[in-house]
Amino acid sequence: MKATVHVTLKNGVLDPQGKAIEHALGALGFGGVNQVRQGKFLELDLGETDAEKARAQVTDMCEKLLANTVIENYTVEIED
Amino acid sequence: MAIALEQASGKAPLMVWHKDSEIPDVDLIVVPGGFSYGDYLRAGAMAAHSPVLRSLKEKAAKGTPVMGVCNGFQVLTETGLLPGVLMRNAGLKFICRNVGLKVETSQSLFTGGYEDGQILSIPVAHNDGNYFAGNETLDRIEQNGQVAFRYVDENGETSAAGNPNGSARNIAGVFNKDKTVLGFMPHPENAIDPAVGNTDGRGLFDGLVRALS
Repeated sequence: MKATVHVTLKNGVLDPQGKAIEHALGALGFGGVNQVRQGKFLELDLGETDAEKARAQVTDMCEKLLANTVIENYTVEIED
Repeated sequence: MAIALEQASGKAPLMVWHKDSEIPDVDLIVVPGGFSYGDYLRAGAMAAHSPVLRSLKEKAAKGTPVMGVCNGFQVLTETGLLPGVLMRNAGLKFICRNVGLKVETSQSLFTGGYEDGQILSIPVAHNDGNYFAGNETLDRIEQNGQVAFRYVDENGETSAAGNPNGSARNIAGVFNKDKTVLGFMPHPENAIDPAVGNTDGRGLFDGLVRALS
């Protein structure tokens, strides 16, 4: 099964890269962009067939490596 | 780094490879900078899970002093041995220049070669040196005296102008709670020879040798 993971910066953590993207969008004429926050998107192809086990496994991966929980939040989605 | 350690101690340091699973018994473990392990995902994230780091964590838990410089600092925060994390520089540019650095305390194995509040000029060379931790953590490490170095301006003040990378509270380096582990972004090993600038970095190595002899 497939797992998708979104890793985003926590609220309150400054995101200079997001800020630079926001400015670049403004410079390109895209008005009305109030804020840009950038993050990471990961797709994992798993051998596991049990959705709950897969979720637990990927959550463990996020805690140990994929996210740094000092500054980042993560969400895990499991698909067949 | 190896040259600086050898110059100060008169002994060549042992080198270990990231795949080594055992670090021999030593007086000090140094994790140098240099991005040799890549910075995939986050700075220091992969290196923090390499086999040699398991042995480093065991040694650190038993009290062996550990020092991480630049990428080594990033690795030590990713292992959880030091609080906080190093994020992309606030200005998004790689910074390579000398910075003003204030020694917050001389009361440690690592900083005994300096005076309290001494101002140094030490080079930095990094893209991800923006120290961040939650306010509670920052308050706690300040109360515990775990801030080792802060960035300062030309007047020796911890101002925004003296902060090269956006670090929280101008923090350039932190200790663990027991002050047996130190991590910081500037490179003292690049300030030991008058031919390449100044020798402000020597105090760190000389102080370490005295403390560990």
